[in-house]
Amino acid sequence: MTPSEPKITPELVAEHGLKPDEYERILKLIGREPSFTELGIFSAMWNEHCSYKSSRLHLRGLPTKAPWVIQGPGENAGVIDIGDGKAAVFKMESHNHPSYIEPHQGAATGVGGILRDVFTMGARPIASLNALRFGDPKHPRTRHLVGGVVSGIGSYGNSFGVPTVGGQVGFHTRYDGNCLVNAMAVGLADADKIFYAKATGIGLPVVYLGSKTGRDGIHGATMASASFGEDAEEKRPTVQVGDPFAEKLLLEACLEIMEAGCVVAIQDMGAAGLTSSAVEMGAKGGLGIELDLDNVPCREEGMSAYEMMLSESQERMLMVLAPGKEEQAEAIFRKWGLDFAIVGRTTDTLRFIVRHKGEVKADLPIKELGDEAPLYDRPWVETPRQVPIDPASLDITATLPGALERLIGSPDFASKRWVWEQYDHLILNNTAQRPGGDAAVVRVEDGPKGLAMTCDVTPRYCEADPFEGGKQAVAEAWRNLTAVGARPLALTDNLNFGNPEKPEIMGQLVGCLRGIGAAAKELEFPVVSGNVSLYNETNGRGILPTPTIGGVGVLDDIAKMATLDFKANGETILVLGVTTGWLGQSAFLSEILDREDGAPPPVDLALERRTGDLVRTLIADGLVTAVHDVSDGGLLVALAEMALASGIGASLAIPSPEMNPFAYWFGEDQARYIVTVEGSAKALVLRRAEMAGVSIAKLGTTGGDRLNIPGERPIVIDALRERHEAWLPIYMGAGLM
Amino acid sequence: MKSAVLVFPGSNRERDAARALERVSGVKPAMVWHADTALPAGTDLVVLPGGFSYGDYLRCGAIAARAPIMDAVRAHAARGGLVLGICNGFQILCESGLLPGVLVRNARLRFICREALLKVERNDTPFTRRYARGAIVRYPVAHGEGNYTADAATLKRLEDEGRVLFRYVMPDGRRDDAQVLNGAANSIAGIVSEKLNVLGLMPHPENHVDPLVGPTDGRALFESLVGALEKA
Repeated sequence: MTPSEPKITPELVAEHGLKPDEYERILKLIGREPSFTELGIFSAMWNEHCSYKSSRLHLRGLPTKAPWVIQGPGENAGVIDIGDGKAAVFKMESHNHPSYIEPHQGAATGVGGILRDVFTMGARPIASLNALRFGDPKHPRTRHLVGGVVSGIGSYGNSFGVPTVGGQVGFHTRYDGNCLVNAMAVGLADADKIFYAKATGIGLPVVYLGSKTGRDGIHGATMASASFGEDAEEKRPTVQVGDPFAEKLLLEACLEIMEAGCVVAIQDMGAAGLTSSAVEMGAKGGLGIELDLDNVPCREEGMSAYEMMLSESQERMLMVLAPGKEEQAEAIFRKWGLDFAIVGRTTDTLRFIVRHKGEVKADLPIKELGDEAPLYDRPWVETPRQVPIDPASLDITATLPGALERLIGSPDFASKRWVWEQYDHLILNNTAQRPGGDAAVVRVEDGPKGLAMTCDVTPRYCEADPFEGGKQAVAEAWRNLTAVGARPLALTDNLNFGNPEKPEIMGQLVGCLRGIGAAAKELEFPVVSGNVSLYNETNGRGILPTPTIGGVGVLDDIAKMATLDFKANGETILVLGVTTGWLGQSAFLSEILDREDGAPPPVDLALERRTGDLVRTLIADGLVTAVHDVSDGGLLVALAEMALASGIGASLAIPSPEMNPFAYWFGEDQARYIVTVEGSAKALVLRRAEMAGVSIAKLGTTGGDRLNIPGERPIVIDALRERHEAWLPIYMGAGLM
Repeated sequence: MKSAVLVFPGSNRERDAARALERVSGVKPAMVWHADTALPAGTDLVVLPGGFSYGDYLRCGAIAARAPIMDAVRAHAARGGLVLGICNGFQILCESGLLPGVLVRNARLRFICREALLKVERNDTPFTRRYARGAIVRYPVAHGEGNYTADAATLKRLEDEGRVLFRYVMPDGRRDDAQVLNGAANSIAGIVSEKLNVLGLMPHPENHVDPLVGPTDGRALFESLVGALEKA
């Protein structure tokens, strides 16, 4: 019955995404020609997605440790101690290539994959976030991608039952041929009950759990490790199909089986499916694994060993069970209506052996499959520095109110309500800060503790100066967590770049990683998990470098959480931090003057830390009534967002008459927050800022229903809101409801 | 108050319902598995929670309506026992024949999660006795298929018998069937059975009971049930 296997030819090797020198490496490693199944296994383990062969060298420089880090990079997700015996488990992962080919299923399975990574570690998912980047709204494919990705994320998370509480949506022509879908999940576990992939014990059963294996997603990880040409559509069969119902059952069954003490090691079948999960469990534990594919539950008839080993069918897990627990584990899985099959054993041989219909289809050294994957020190060049923009050199015909109105109604700044209203963001009844704020806040069990979470990056900055851009992405995530009153604890990074074989792209990756490392170190905000997505390139045109940072912090008492809406009339509005009027790479420059140039704003990490630490204590001490970080769009956009969230306006002053007003209001200097204070607290806040060595200046006073800038026409909040809310629903052809 | 929350494969707001019940009544509800055939002895209130029972790949609630436990729920309702179906629970009640009509896809074909304003049409029921008649309350909705529909005769009967308990309204308190968020006929958000003991409701009162995470307009619904059962 076994169809004869293809002969190994250079063409076949190339089709598997393996370079000739990589194939030579395989020959040297095993001392013979690989079988067809073995070639498939190598291609799955050695592609960029699974092996990090271009980035590994540079990832080593990232700070990954802190006293509260329980598990750093290298497992399914990072784990941090949040006190009271609890741990937060989180990671972000991309599903860019599949989402471009088939947006609904691509995005849905991206969510499914990251949720599985989190509950594989024994954590119940409590929140989901996503960072999305699409092409120019005028590009013919963009609307289709937005609609499909949003419905895919919603359909998976809503059915699975995790609140989707936050994220980012941005547009830029450089994503025309490659959209980005970065999904993040956060789970909660008992700090002493974390489960790992490392197998221990010889002769123990290796158990297959979850959905059946089909022919979907074969070579998905290899597809995700290549650039697109004109043939992207033809890759549709490599996209998997998600089943959130199966995943929900898998979650409940896995947590139940863990609670019952049945599990020694567990690994989800994500990219490269059965291959990568089995190899990882064995290699991490210093054990061999023998699989007998005759026992693998299959959805389709006549699947070959090659197909089973490379399938990326979703909602599957591999476990090593504790001795004597087979029956109990099986009963739990049957109760949830899931497949349960013993498909192998652990051995002491350090070999990865795959049998099918009595034949040995693969016999490979297990450790070397991972450890001996190619590691490249790819050539790279530094991105040329750009000079700062002198505001006096700009020819600006817009008015301040006119520029604000255009910005607030532009694709990047317009309300994303149309998106997040399609996500159930309230399920589990713990969402203390809903979408639209600086960071989402989710209560931990019955409180009073809460976790704050956010996704951030400014790709324009990263393109202009990868080092400063990398720093800024980390600093902004840290700042957003701080702005709700949380203590930032750790981050996950999702590094999206073009083709690393081009020295200038590799230079972006290296620069961003250095920047991320520098900021993570200075802010004591270590990297505990992450994902690298390269080859985001179509017909030779790469995306903007986009290292998305997912940050997590803790609030000791969510009753003290800060929000960004103005709270009352007559309160004093203050800005903390230094305003120099930095316009290089600003949203103002891009949206109003249609130019993306100049050096991006530098991040002074010591100042960032000093300012953030001050803001956090002001919030904890109840001295400020509203807090908002100042990011792209500058002071005026931040003020408008505070007014839009509350319906309360403000009378503003211009404290620096010598500064260009556009630079002052729209400049994007870093390390700044806007706060409001009641009259009685003002003197104390000013004194605290002085003691902390943080600049503070009065911006104005809250009140009325409009924003008043001296000498300018008033900006009516309701009219501004109409612009803010209109763009996305109208773009999606949905009307305003 | 002795309550039971049903758990179908794919239920996902069962914990939210249980938490709200415990918070308001002080008693932990029993969690009852779909494959069971009996409710715990002495059950006063059965709650069918939100979610995607069996994935809802078929018509929403259609498979759950045929689950083994549902015979016990029908018997409980026939005895005059209280039944509350929220969201997917409402869909299951319609599919199981305990309530008339059906919930179809939202008029704009998208899932909607947002706060909705509802008018409490009457307060002489076990579910609403702690609300003022005509009160406007805020509950969140989170559904893709909450568009209530029924034939004209059924709608007329529901209206004539005063069985529309909750109705979506605009910020000014007016009903506007043309603008209703999911397209529901007569802006219907929740209906009761003839004997007023079975309520099906699309929005989620269980998500608005706790001041730390939002408004608390949903509390009074659970307090009403506690009060009704104390009296009984």
